Amino acid sequence: MLAATAGATTVAMLAAACGNGGNGAEPGSDDADLAGQTVSVMATWGGEEQDSFLAMVAPWEERTGATVEFTSTRDITAQITAGIASGQLPDLAGPPGPAQVHEWFEAGAVQPLDFLDLEAYKASTPGGFAELGMVDGDTLAGVFIRAAVKGLTFYNTGVWEGEPTTLDDLNEIAAGIGVEHTWCVAMESGAASGWAGTDWIENILLRQSGPEVYDAWAAGELEWTSPEVREAFEFFRDEILADAYGGGNWVVNTNFGRVGGPIFADPPGCLLAQQGSFITDFFQNEEGATTDEISFFAFPDLNDEFTGALTGGGDLITMFNDTPAARSLLEWLISAEAQQIWVERGGFLAANTDIPLDAYPDEVNRRAAEILNTVEIFRFDASDMMPAGVQDAFHRGMVTFAQDPGSLDSVLDSIEAARQDAAS
Amino acid sequence: MLAELLNNRILLGLIVVIGVPAAICGYVMLVERVLRGLRPRTAVKIRPWLWVLPAIAFLTVFLVYPTIATIWRSLFDRRGESFVGLENYIWFFTNSENLTAIRNNALWAIVLPALVVGLGLLIAVFADRVKYEVAVRSIIFLPMAISAVAAGVIWRLMYDFNPRVGTINAAITGLGGDARPLLSEQPWNNLLLIVVGMWMMTGLAVVVLGSGLKSIPVELLEAARIDGASEWRVFRSVIYPLLKPTIAVVMTTVLIFALKTFDVVFVMTNGNFGTEVMANLMYRQLFQFTQEGRAATVAVLLFLATVPLMALQIRRFKQQEEMR
Amino acid sequence: MTTATAMKTTARTNAPRATATSRNKGSRWGRSLTHTLLISVAVLWLIPALGLLVASFRTAADTNAGGWWTALLPPWEFTFANYEFVMQRDGIWNAFLNSLYITIPATVLVTMVAGFAAYAFAWMTFPGRDALFLVMVGLLVVPLQVTLIPVLGLFRGTELAGSFLAVWLAHTGYGLPFAVYLLRNYMGGLPGSVMEAAKIDGAGHAQIYFRLILPMSVPALAALIIFQFLWVWNDLLVAMVFLGPVPANLPLPVTLANLVTNFGGGWQFVTAAAFISMIVPLVVFFALQRFFVHGITAGSVKG
Repeated sequence: MLAATAGATTVAMLAAACGNGGNGAEPGSDDADLAGQTVSVMATWGGEEQDSFLAMVAPWEERTGATVEFTSTRDITAQITAGIASGQLPDLAGPPGPAQVHEWFEAGAVQPLDFLDLEAYKASTPGGFAELGMVDGDTLAGVFIRAAVKGLTFYNTGVWEGEPTTLDDLNEIAAGIGVEHTWCVAMESGAASGWAGTDWIENILLRQSGPEVYDAWAAGELEWTSPEVREAFEFFRDEILADAYGGGNWVVNTNFGRVGGPIFADPPGCLLAQQGSFITDFFQNEEGATTDEISFFAFPDLNDEFTGALTGGGDLITMFNDTPAARSLLEWLISAEAQQIWVERGGFLAANTDIPLDAYPDEVNRRAAEILNTVEIFRFDASDMMPAGVQDAFHRGMVTFAQDPGSLDSVLDSIEAARQDAAS
Repeated sequence: MLAELLNNRILLGLIVVIGVPAAICGYVMLVERVLRGLRPRTAVKIRPWLWVLPAIAFLTVFLVYPTIATIWRSLFDRRGESFVGLENYIWFFTNSENLTAIRNNALWAIVLPALVVGLGLLIAVFADRVKYEVAVRSIIFLPMAISAVAAGVIWRLMYDFNPRVGTINAAITGLGGDARPLLSEQPWNNLLLIVVGMWMMTGLAVVVLGSGLKSIPVELLEAARIDGASEWRVFRSVIYPLLKPTIAVVMTTVLIFALKTFDVVFVMTNGNFGTEVMANLMYRQLFQFTQEGRAATVAVLLFLATVPLMALQIRRFKQQEEMR
Repeated sequence: MTTATAMKTTARTNAPRATATSRNKGSRWGRSLTHTLLISVAVLWLIPALGLLVASFRTAADTNAGGWWTALLPPWEFTFANYEFVMQRDGIWNAFLNSLYITIPATVLVTMVAGFAAYAFAWMTFPGRDALFLVMVGLLVVPLQVTLIPVLGLFRGTELAGSFLAVWLAHTGYGLPFAVYLLRNYMGGLPGSVMEAAKIDGAGHAQIYFRLILPMSVPALAALIIFQFLWVWNDLLVAMVFLGPVPANLPLPVTLANLVTNFGGGWQFVTAAAFISMIVPLVVFFALQRFFVHGITAGSVKG
């Protein structure tokens, strides 16, 4: 009798265990049928960005009765890889860049997004963005919900005046103001520390060597030890790092969101910082700057051949579990209506180009949106397009380089080794 | 759906917590019933094996087989398809980041036990003399209860570069010095990470050594003191020799911790600034770069580093057994 | 003298409450040195954790303005807002439940499985017993990194992948060497005469185990349960690897680690979350300290 009980218990236990997990997806369900369901989302947005994302999904939650479970981490690549290995993944995820979408698609984890209207999506995103989210030629695997213009030089309107078009002009204005350091750079970002430095290099390289070299570099066809790349690093070292607030230590130990600290301090510790359009949110929340105090100009051209060049980025979303609720949420996220919510909260540049420019609450983001639509030479963030190994080496290389500018050769060598490794 | 999931979970949890013990008890009882039906001599021979079977099964599945499989896996390429022999190992030893990890683990393995045992012994000896010994011991032991992640958070707050956040830098600037970038300044940052490990593990040394102290026959100490030996002499000639086996046990334990350290480095620096350790390296190779072959190699090397300790452990256990 | 026999010696020489070193009265200078040393070490030891606690109760404005020590001086402005915040928005409450959900079954499983094996090793003779046990002692040292890839492969493709059951089974496997070692040492030290008597009375092994061994082994069982509970509760790696990054399933250490890698500022939230993750282990530790210490000194310790 005891044996029977034991046997039955074991069977029941196993049955319950086996019955746990798995999503029942029935295509074609109505929105109203989503009540009580959940969509799990994992992305790198934390702090204020997380709040804004949650605000963006709130109307969808209300409308459908479903809930969004959100987790943020900068270690997302490792976690998703672990999830692919264990078979448990969130429904939606925000990879750090298009390269991961490709990698995860190849691992068989990403679900194609053919239920979306591809033409409509293409028509309402900036040129070239849609293709970045496609794999295997024409399968849509990732959609952009957010864009960013990078390489914008931010300043405090109460301190800096003028929009220099050459590097000499810039240094002249800086000298006139007389603050000890011109530049602030902040690279700390947990597992992704160094990405702010990679943005710098990308911007410099694009301006110095032009879009063709940039494309080859981003695609992994250009060696890191080649003169063009070296030139960019040297420029960063000699013009920027040499004149950076707090020296290498401050640069690598300060979180990217706090880069505005010395800019908006009284008296200011530095004058300029180069960052993406999303940094305004941090300026306002961390440093207490008001929208009037924040403005930017485009970094001066470095080569007459390549004027008006700009780098940018964007945040994609991919889907791992094809459920009705996840589909519905994804459709909501790429809509202008949803993105406008975050736009109005500030610090957000929508990927959906249908949003009117005057929806942007502050000059900075409105100008950035305009730039996105009118820029001559636009390139997507190169490091976001590199394979994980190279991107990681690039990030860490920037941290090492900032701490010890004399280590340029070994830094370039190690990233080059990673590139060759990834290509094999 | 959350409600449904929760219900399912509670059910599952209950089944496991109640059902599994019941199942195992049932298994044993079943075994006994069956054995009763056999000839006594057969029963005596089989019984022990049936009793240890569940444990052996678990150990084989989760420890023995995987270790062998990992060693095997390290000889294959990234996708596990082609045999590459020692190529991964060559990669390991020709890559500077990996060598940094080895250096750091060696640093941990030497410094941490020394710090823990040294400080632990000191505190144990002094605490032994006061009435509030238990209170002191509890305080020092406290960090052992919390997770390494929480410890990482606590000490990041201590080490932060900004003197308005970091306790230590606040103290330094308060005394007139300049703030130091503690976590990024090489090679001292490694030592500072090891300090975190020391904060967590010294309690163990204090407790074990303290108990060892108490077991020293008082007569021996009395005799030495009556003979006019100074406290230091007593310590050196009587206490220390008798305490050596206990010290060895503590050292081994801390050494194992030092080799396997992961959480502290992961949370505080993620291996940046030259603080990489083997366990973190393996995690990154596996999950960030999906280099399974290489990850397996790192794991195997880590395992090999622990083999001497394994041998030591076994030998010491055998000696213990002989004295029983 | 090893710690195992050291324990027995302690028991025997319990009569005079004299400790090894306190006999010596020492000079007054020596005694104040002792007190100074001990008290300063204790205070220094507490400061890091104190910093965390204080920091977790501060507002965002205060946190940006100055260090946690400034909060110790008036005006005292403390708030529970950080705790409320992390509980809801960062899913700490959910993570807390997950931690409970992972830890309790893992602890129960290991104790059950180890108990039977320990008894067999301690009180039954069979060929290869000693060799087998030696292997188990050796397994104490194995770093679990070397088992991750194959075990993951084992789970992959089955229903178990990424489920809590996988985590429970993994923790049981990893915890067994220490559990069997601890219990076997203790059970081996139990008086054999009692068992002989029971056998003469016709009791079978099962009855001896449940009616005699288990009740007599309570101290070791308690120590094991505490050890295993703390180890699983505080574990980061096994949960991260076997459970997968589904937000609803993450326990406290993983959630906390995610918060840390993400927050540059916002320290008031991370500290609150960290403290929440510490509460249960601290309570368990304080309440059951006696068993804990007992367990450590009664044998080797978990690697």
